Parts: sequence; C-alpha cells; structure tokens
Amino acid sequence: MSGHDSKYFSTTKKGEIPELKEELNSQYKDKRKDAVKKVIAAMTVGKDVSSLFTDVVNCMQTENLELKKLVYLYLINYAKSQPDLAILAVNTFVKDSQDPNPLIRALAVRTMGCIRVDKITEYLCDPLQKCLKDDDPYVRKTAAICVAKLFDINAELVEDRGFLEALKDLISDNNPMVVANAVAALAEIQENSTSPIFEINSTTLTKLLTALNECTEWGQVFILDALSRYKAADPREAENIVERVTPRLQHANCAVVLSAVKMILQQMELITSTDVIRNLCKKMAPPLVTLLSAEPEIQYVALRNINLIVQKRPTILAHEIKVFFCKYNDPIYVKMEKLEIMIKLASDRNIDQVLLEFKEYATEVDVDFVRKAVRAIGRCAIKLERAAERCISVLLELIKIKVNYVVQEAIIVIKDIFRRYPNTYESIIATLCESLDTLDEPEAKASMIWIIGEYAERIDNADELLESFLESFPEEPAQVQLQLLTATVKLFLKKPTEGPQQMIQVVLNNATMETDNPDLRDRAYIYWRLLSTDPEAAKDVVLAEKPVITDDSNQLDPSLLDELLTNISTLSSVYHKPPEAFVTRLKTTAQKTEDEDFAEGSEAGYSSSNPVDSAASPPATTGNIPQPAGRQPAPTPAAPAPVPDLLGDLMGLDNAAIVPVDEPATPSGPPLPVVVPASTGQGLQISAQLSRRDGQVFYSMLFENNSQAVLDGFMIQFNKNTFGLAAAGPLQIPPLHPGTSARTMLPMVLFQNLSPGPPSSLLQVAVKNNQQPVWYFTDKIILHALFGEDGRMERGTFLETWRSLPDSNEVQREFPGITITSVESTIDLLTAFNMFFIAKRKNGNQDVIYLSAKVPRDVPFLIELTAMVGQPGLKCAVKTPTPEIAPLFFEAIELLFKA
Amino acid sequence: MPVAASAIYFLNLRGDVLINRTYRDDVGGNMVDAFRTHIMQTKELGNCPVRQIGGCSFVYMRISNVYIVIVVSSNANVACGFKFVVEAVALFKSYFGGAFDEDAIRNNFVLIYELLDEIMDFGYPQNLSPEILKLYITQEGVRSPFSSKPKDKPVPNATLQVTGAVGWRREGLSYKKNEVFLDIVESVNLLMSSKGNVLRCDVTGKVLMKCFLSGMPDLKLGLNDKIGLEKESEMKSRPAKSGKTIELDDVTFHQCVNLTRFNSEKTVSFVPPDGEFELMKYRITEGVNLPFRVLPTIKELGRTRMEVNVKVKSVFGAKMFALGVVVKIPVPKQTAKTNFQVTTGRAKYNPSIDCLVWKIRKFPGQTESTLSAEIELISTMGEKKSWTRPPIQMEFQVPMFTASGLRVRFLKVWEKSGYNTVEWVRYITKAGSYEIRC
Repeated sequence: MSGHDSKYFSTTKKGEIPELKEELNSQYKDKRKDAVKKVIAAMTVGKDVSSLFTDVVNCMQTENLELKKLVYLYLINYAKSQPDLAILAVNTFVKDSQDPNPLIRALAVRTMGCIRVDKITEYLCDPLQKCLKDDDPYVRKTAAICVAKLFDINAELVEDRGFLEALKDLISDNNPMVVANAVAALAEIQENSTSPIFEINSTTLTKLLTALNECTEWGQVFILDALSRYKAADPREAENIVERVTPRLQHANCAVVLSAVKMILQQMELITSTDVIRNLCKKMAPPLVTLLSAEPEIQYVALRNINLIVQKRPTILAHEIKVFFCKYNDPIYVKMEKLEIMIKLASDRNIDQVLLEFKEYATEVDVDFVRKAVRAIGRCAIKLERAAERCISVLLELIKIKVNYVVQEAIIVIKDIFRRYPNTYESIIATLCESLDTLDEPEAKASMIWIIGEYAERIDNADELLESFLESFPEEPAQVQLQLLTATVKLFLKKPTEGPQQMIQVVLNNATMETDNPDLRDRAYIYWRLLSTDPEAAKDVVLAEKPVITDDSNQLDPSLLDELLTNISTLSSVYHKPPEAFVTRLKTTAQKTEDEDFAEGSEAGYSSSNPVDSAASPPATTGNIPQPAGRQPAPTPAAPAPVPDLLGDLMGLDNAAIVPVDEPATPSGPPLPVVVPASTGQGLQISAQLSRRDGQVFYSMLFENNSQAVLDGFMIQFNKNTFGLAAAGPLQIPPLHPGTSARTMLPMVLFQNLSPGPPSSLLQVAVKNNQQPVWYFTDKIILHALFGEDGRMERGTFLETWRSLPDSNEVQREFPGITITSVESTIDLLTAFNMFFIAKRKNGNQDVIYLSAKVPRDVPFLIELTAMVGQPGLKCAVKTPTPEIAPLFFEAIELLFKA
Repeated sequence: MPVAASAIYFLNLRGDVLINRTYRDDVGGNMVDAFRTHIMQTKELGNCPVRQIGGCSFVYMRISNVYIVIVVSSNANVACGFKFVVEAVALFKSYFGGAFDEDAIRNNFVLIYELLDEIMDFGYPQNLSPEILKLYITQEGVRSPFSSKPKDKPVPNATLQVTGAVGWRREGLSYKKNEVFLDIVESVNLLMSSKGNVLRCDVTGKVLMKCFLSGMPDLKLGLNDKIGLEKESEMKSRPAKSGKTIELDDVTFHQCVNLTRFNSEKTVSFVPPDGEFELMKYRITEGVNLPFRVLPTIKELGRTRMEVNVKVKSVFGAKMFALGVVVKIPVPKQTAKTNFQVTTGRAKYNPSIDCLVWKIRKFPGQTESTLSAEIELISTMGEKKSWTRPPIQMEFQVPMFTASGLRVRFLKVWEKSGYNTVEWVRYITKAGSYEIRC
C-alpha cells in the first residue's frame, strides 16, 4: 500500500484560491490539514500560492507535527516574497523553540535558519543560543548547522553573538553527530572567511579522529574532509594519522572511502619510509577497485578520481588494469574514462592484453568510443617503444575492416607514430595509400598528406597522389590547405622535377592570391621567398629534423595535479579543474540574478531590463565609455596590413604581389573600454564597444591573454536586448597564446533577439572559450552607433513630420554640465554620427539647432538643441514616434559631448 | 567542503518538476530550466552525469522514470551527492513499499517533503536510516512494522536514537523467537574471449542479513577467509586448520561494523540493525569456480546465411542444479528467418533485442546442453556493413553454490539476557555480467 497524495493535485479549476482560503480557515482540523496539503501540492507544480500567506501561517499554531512541518515548508518557500507578513510567524517560531518536544525545538531552529528575511534573522539569535546548549543532542546537531546558515546570511552577527565559540565548544561534545555537524559548519565558515576561525591543531585532530569511529557515515565524510587539509608536523605524525584513517577504506559508503583516500594521499606526501608507502599503496588499491561495482554515476566519479591518483602514484593500480576493461553494457561515459585509465596503466607487461581489448572496442557500435579506442592504440605505441610494432599491426588490421571512421582515425594516429619513430615503420605506407580516396575528415586528410609529403622520396607516385588533392585546394578546410602547401614544398625539394614544379606554382598562387586565411598566406609567402632566394636554406628549414614527440595528452601539470588531489571526490576532481575555475562565489545577489537569467538561455523572457538591473551590473562595465564609438575613421585604411609589411622588410623586397589585408580583423582603433578586467577574467582581459563603420554596426573587441595558458575556441552570445542586436557571424579569434592579444570587429545584425519590455541600453554579453568558464558582462548600447546614414531630411519633410507628431511625443532634457564651444563644431561632431543638420536660428542670445536622424526600422528622430555658446547648459528636445527610446538618445548625447 | 547539494529536483522524463527542495540560497529557483534546455533536450543526456552550465553544476542520475538532479554552485562533494541520492531512494522505497517512480512520488509528496527536510540540512546529509526515521516520521504511506504505535506521538527517545552511537538500532526490541537469516549472494562477472580465454573474472558477493533479535545483541561473524583464519590461529597460538581458505580482495562493511576492530583483529563484530540489511560486500578475483562454460561457434556463410552453435556446460557439483538459465545469443539486425534445435529448454528469436533467447528452467550440474541454429539474413543492398558481434550474455542462479567457495564458519550472538538464537544460512550464486565474446 502506498500513499494517495496525488488527489491533492487535482484542481477545482476556477476560484481555486478563494476556495483554498476558505478551507484553510475551516474550523475542522482535518479540513485545514487537507487544505494545507493542497496548497503545498499547488506550490509543487509551480503555482503561485503566496497570496494565501496569512491563512497558511494561521495554521501554524498546531499540535499536529505533520501539519506544522507543511506550514514551515510553505514559509521557507514564500517568506522571501512576503517579508512583512513573515514576521507573523516569528512568535510561533520562538515558542516552538522552547517546546518540550526536542523534535519541535529542532524543527523551529532549522526552519528559521532557512528563512532569509532580516526581521526573522534578528529573532533567530536567542533561540539559537539556547539550542546550541540544549540537553538533547538532536537539537544541538541542528543548531550547529544553523550557525553556518546564519553566517551565510549575516557573518557579523555570528561573530558578535559569540556563536563561533559556542560552535567550537561543540567539537568536544559527547555526541558524535553533534561533533560532525559542528565540524562541517566550522569548515564551511572557514572557507568563506579570511580570518582564522577553525584551525586544526593536534588536540582537535586527536579528538576528531576518535569521533570518526562513532559517527554516521556522513559525519565521517565531514570530518575526513575537514581534516584532509591538516599538515602533519613530521613523518611520524603523518603515519599515525594514516593508521587511524585506513580502516575507513573498508566502509560501504563511497564518499567515506574517497575522503579517506584523499586524506591518506595528503599524508603520504610527508611519509618518508618507502615500506610504509608501499604498504599504503597496496591497501588503497582494493577499495578503489571496489568503487567500480557501484552505480555507474558513482563509477564515473571514481574513475575521474582514479585518473588523478594514477598520475600521482602509478604503482597503486599498476596490477589492476583488468578491472578497467570495458563491459559491453557500461554507459559511454564510464567506457571513455576506463579507456583513459587503461592507456595510463598500459605497460610492456600487459600491452598484449590491452591491445586485444582496444581492438575489440574498435569494432563496437558507438562511434566516439571506437575513435577513442583507435586513438588509444596510437597513444600506447608512442608511450611504449617496444610495443609500437604490435600496435601498428593492430592498426593495420583495423584499417582492413574498412570502416570509414576507423580508417581515418587510424591514419591520424599512424602519423604520430611516424613522428615518434622516424624511419622505422614506413613499409606500411603503401597500405595506407590504398584508403586515400575514402578520407573525408580534415584531420585524417591532413595527416595523410603530411605522410605523403614527409616520405615523398619513398612513394613513387607521391606527386600523383598530391595532385589529386590539389584540384579541390580552394574548398579544403584550412588545416588541409596548410598541410597540402607544406607537403608540396617537401615534394618539390625532394624531387625537383617538372611535375612538382608546376604543382608548387599552383599551390603558391592559390595560397597567396585566392585565400583570406592569413596563416596560410603567410606560410606560403615564407616558402616562396625561401625557395626563390636560397633553395638550400629552404631544404634546411623545411626538411629539418623534427623534435621527438611524447604522449603527454591528458597529462596534468604537477602543481595542478597536486591541487586536484586535495579536492578528491569533489566537483573539482571530476572536472579536473581547480575550484576557482568554476566556482564563482558571487557575494552580491544582483549579479547572481543576472547569471541565472543567462543560463536560462533565450527561451526565458528577459523581463529584467529595468533600471535596477542595469545599476546592479558590475561597476567596471557601466558608465565608462570614454571614446566616442563609431569614430573609427571610416574608410581610411585602418588595417595597415602589418604582416605582409613585416615580411617585405624581412626579405628586403618590394612586394607588389602582396594583397592588402582586407578583412577588418586587425584595425588599430582607439582604446576600447575594458569590460572584463584581467583580474576577474582569470588573466583574460576583454575590452569592447559597439561601433559603426560603412553603414554597418560592429562590436569592436580586444582580447588580451595574460594567463598562463593558450586560450582558444572563443565564442560569443548576446542576450535579448531592446534592438535585438546579435552577432552576424561567429567570433573569429585565433588561439591566443599567453601574452598575446587579438582585436576583432564582429559584424552585428539588428532585430534578431528582441527583448520585450521598456527600451533599455543594457547589452548583456557572454563570451566563452575552451579553457575558461563563461564570462558574462554588461555593456551599453550606444544609440549613435545605430543611427543610419539615410537619416538626412529635407527641410519641408522635417517640418511636416514635426507637426504631424503629437506634442506628447516630445521629450526634453537639460544637460547643465555640457558647454557648446561653437555651433559649427557641434554640427560637425553630430554629422559624424549620422545626425544631420537641418537648420539653425537665434533665440535671443541662445542658438537653436535642428537636426534629424534615423534609428533602424526607419524611426525618425527630430532633434532640437538649444544652448548659449560658451556657457554651460544644453537643452535637448526630441520628437519621435517612439519617445520611449529618448532616454537612450540622451545618454548618447551626454557621452558625445562629455568625450 | 562536504556540501552535497544546494537544491535537489525530481523530474519526470518530460522534465516536469515532481518535487523539489532548495537547501541553499546560492542557486536560483529556475536553474532546472537550464537543465531541461541544455541537458535533457540535447543528446548530452546520457553522455556525462556531471555537467556545468553557467555558474552551476548539475549532478544527476535516472532511477526508473525519474531524474534526480542535484544542483550546486560550490565545489561540492560529488561522491557524497550521488551516494546521498542512492540512499535517499532506498529510504523512499522502504517507506512506500518497494516502487520508486513518478506515481509513487506524486502519491507520497507530503512524506517526501518531510523526509527531505529531515535527511539533509543546508546541503549536509543527516541520518538516512529507515529504521530510525520510521520512529518519528510516519505517514499514511508508511509500511512500517511499528505502525501499531499511536501516530503523531513520537517515541520519547527518538532524538537520542537519531544521533546516538548506535544510530541504526532502537532500544527495547523484543522477539519471542530470536532468529538470524544469513544470505550469501554472489554475482559472477565474466568476460571470456571467443577462444575460451578468461579475460576478466571476478565475484562480487554480499552478505545479507535479516535479524529478529531482542535487545542490543553483539554479533560476531566468522568466514573461511584467509586473513581472518590466520589472525585467529595467531591469536590462539595454534596452527591454522587445513581446508580451503578464501582470499578476499576487498571487503566493505555496513556502518554497524566496527572497522577499527576489523582492522586490528580481523573479526567482523557488530550490533545489527533490526530487520533486513546488507552486512558486507566483498570481491574475489583469485580461484573463482565458474559455474558454466560456454563454447560458441558462429559461422557466417556468405552474405545471407549464418550458422550458430552454442554449447553450455555446467561445471558445478552433480547434485546441484541451476535455475532460470537464460542464454542470449546475438544475431544481426537483418535476420529474416531462424531455425533452431535445442537439447534442453526452449529458444526463441527476439527481434527487439536482436538475440536468440534460450531459456532452461532447471540445469543440473555436470551436464551439457547445445543449441544449433541456422539463420537467414535479408540480403542488403550495397556494401555489407560488418556486424559488430556483441557478446553472448548469460543469466542464471545456482542455489547452495558459491563461486568463491566462501563459507560461514560461525555466527555468534551475545546478549545480556543470554537467549538462544536460531541461525539460518543460505548460499546462492547469480550471473553478474556473464559475457562471452563470439
């Protein structure tokens, strides 16, 4: 038999809320209870039942624990939206916190801590103080966590009221669960505080290690996690700690096991005795293996962690490779991780077995898995010199199956094997060439072409093979084009006959004239110069000996690895990223809302384009647009094509053949306002501003990489905004090496993703790359970047339009801070931004200027400026069919004149 | 930080929220929309159970027709999170009598809210023992042996039990007849190559216990495992008895077992929870007795014909027998017609899983049985895609047999009142993932 609560979900359509209200106020207990259940059911399915707040709170004073809990649940959900009414509940809370029944006392404190309303928090302190010293451990353990809750709401209050000391006292409590919760609370408070609050010394350590034996499984996790950062004083102490933690490895709870492993690994750093270490490694292996019989999701977490552990201490699982063999029904994410670990554990001893497995996987159904298996074979070949030959023979067997993606993947790894062991396995080239025409993936094609070029002298028909690719040269992806170019040059240098000579002409022509890829063009020019000046030097450069490669893919940097190991079993160890890389601890709630709205993507209506929101945006981004945008002196060659020039200088040649770079990728415009400073962008600094050039709106952006890593895969997205501004194409930023920067002008389109609601200048942007979390920032839409070139009006039309618009469409604003120095310069300035002069007149000693402009979708703006030359004060009036946009216009005026 | 969750959502397969509870303020109420749009509606769903979107991480698993999604924004303890979900589901099941699915959640939502409030506080898991929680969280949906107790009146010392050192057993239990049932359940996992080489083989075993004991008994379990026996003989300073000893690769215990004592004395001693629970789990890789051998021969005769021959041999004692034997032999998708003979049992072609399913209800030890089949395939146009040949899978149960050879040597029960107990022991071996490549 099970419950029948589903009946509470059935609604009585109309008048539901009044009906519930009536039932909540019924004189019968059972009816009230049912009504509260209905309210909770409505809340669960997402209906707004906050209007029943008072009626529900009235049911709070009850002896019925079940009903009380439901009311409390309701309070947790709605108190924030009804802070004034929430105060009604305070009395009952305080009363409940003194109830003779410990369950009710604990419930009251627990619930109060969850209600983040200042007025309630004030009243929480006294009950909390009492509950921390309650006779009943159940109440104390609840109060301990409540201190952490309060710290999250109001840290000062916690310190002022001495809750921290009370919490520290609980560490010596005689009840293990109280101790565990107190430790959890203190550890969390410490993490969010800069001052030393919870420092573990040897006495607390002993105390906590003793408590470990009696705690619940979760309590053990809290304690182990808190202790894992403890640095033992000497090897002796470390050994003692480890000795007391190792029994935990036998626990059935995977979280306890992983936390114990974390702690042991930390202490092992200090232990010097090799015997002890060997012994510990032996002890840790079985529990880690056992984790692989848990639920697949837990296996995944375990495998990601084992990946780290194996990199640090390969000996632990050196003999256990078999347990990582994939089962046919393992979920794909488990298989992928197992494969990664198998590569790490592969050795001369087990490689035969491992290769048999890989070969088996390479015939499975899932394409990604198959590819990874093939790649794994290649990585083993590179890692284990003695096994390379066996790996190659397996690869050749796989090529014979003629499954297209297997063949392509195999060719990619064979290229690496050739690089690792030059002049050893070239005999197989003939077999590879057989599958030449089936290749359709860029990476495979590029690899094959590299092989042909590298071994051109051994392949009789190398020129024919390459020629077959040349026909489609212009259509090939960049990666293939680059390889084709290099391979042709190699071929020519190795066989300087007529055929290759013609080919090289074709390729160089294509690569210099027909392409807009700067990398390809540059490389082609360098080859060209080299070949034409000194073919011998070209040989030395192009056919130079290559450095040996090693398999370092998926190998983490030692310092990062150490950091990740201190985070075993957390998200950080699953992502293989340090916590700072993905935890954005946002202190201000305003910023948080912004983040969430972004994550919702475009489907959630973005209704928060109100002034409050824009005021809450990060200070670095608002109100500092010092440069008039769109001031990119339009047709002047903003791109002085620095690269070809450099080449010219280098070669000392006049380069008539060089085509100027015509893409707006490298303009050196005025400095852009910084929107993401390097300090918040983990070393990546982004500056950006809207601008206008040649009748087109651009988003000028500058990326500066001050981090330690190469950043690539940049992408950009704009949130819904008033003008529906969106990127017209993908963001094209080359991989940014540390210390370099890249500028781009991203073409924009209008009216793509319009936000409803009143117009706002808010432009919210998200930028991401492959290495970092997504960066969100807020920019301003500067209206004058949107004014069209077709905004000029005839005088007559101007007057007519002015008259035809009702007076309610006229908006005025005074700018007391702006001074106009001359009428002419003002007109010039505004004309540069597509605000066109219509007429001027004198009104007393004031000058009045009339201008016209047009925002997209042909909305005219009729502008009247009134000012006294040389005197501060400018009056600006606009008349337009859409006066809602006027505030944006005033912002623009202010910007233009202030600059 | 051992925080396991900031919020927890239960969604149905369409993505509707069935029930949710927010424990912390650092994730917004609408985060679940991001989960729907970025994970549920993409093919990412099955790709990875831990995903980061924006500032939040989603940790999720599917149980029957429900997605349970944990949302966090800090560097949470994921292992703790997943384990919490697993345990919580076990708890819900024990409360509402077995099933955990969309309907069960809707039918018990009040109870679930109440439990969610109790088992996690501010993202920290608290006591999840059904045994103890049932003392003071009672609802109509409850199937509790203690339902005779008056409702709404919590047991006076419930709170002490929740937090007590023996947080899994309540005091004052009394039974007329004191009984203990022990079940040793082993799953054999096997991966064998087509040539009959064992690629991987292990046994994962569980010791399940059902206790109906009065008072606060202390139990001690003895098995024929190597380390335990050696330690015992060392303590009693007499040579170890001869006989088969088993080497356990790894053992994990229920939280009631005193781990420190196990570590020093190698004895399994504990105060058991009342009723049914899993006392320990173990794993063995050495000296596994495989109950069945499978010898497949599959010949592809040209494009449209295949010949399949599978011989299954039982290699356990002749007096024993296996039950519910199922052999699933994969065939290509384009199978048109099958024709087969079996020496025992029944076989059927099941096109939905592309397998020949061969069932044998009772399979005596030391016998063998064969299936031979001819399969006709639809000739497909164009290039013949090579068939990936998934492994043959087998299911079975062999009562009174342990693949590891593990035996219970003794189970001692001490209680201060000194009653006598009756102990029952059963053994059973099942197929885990028993796969033979072909």
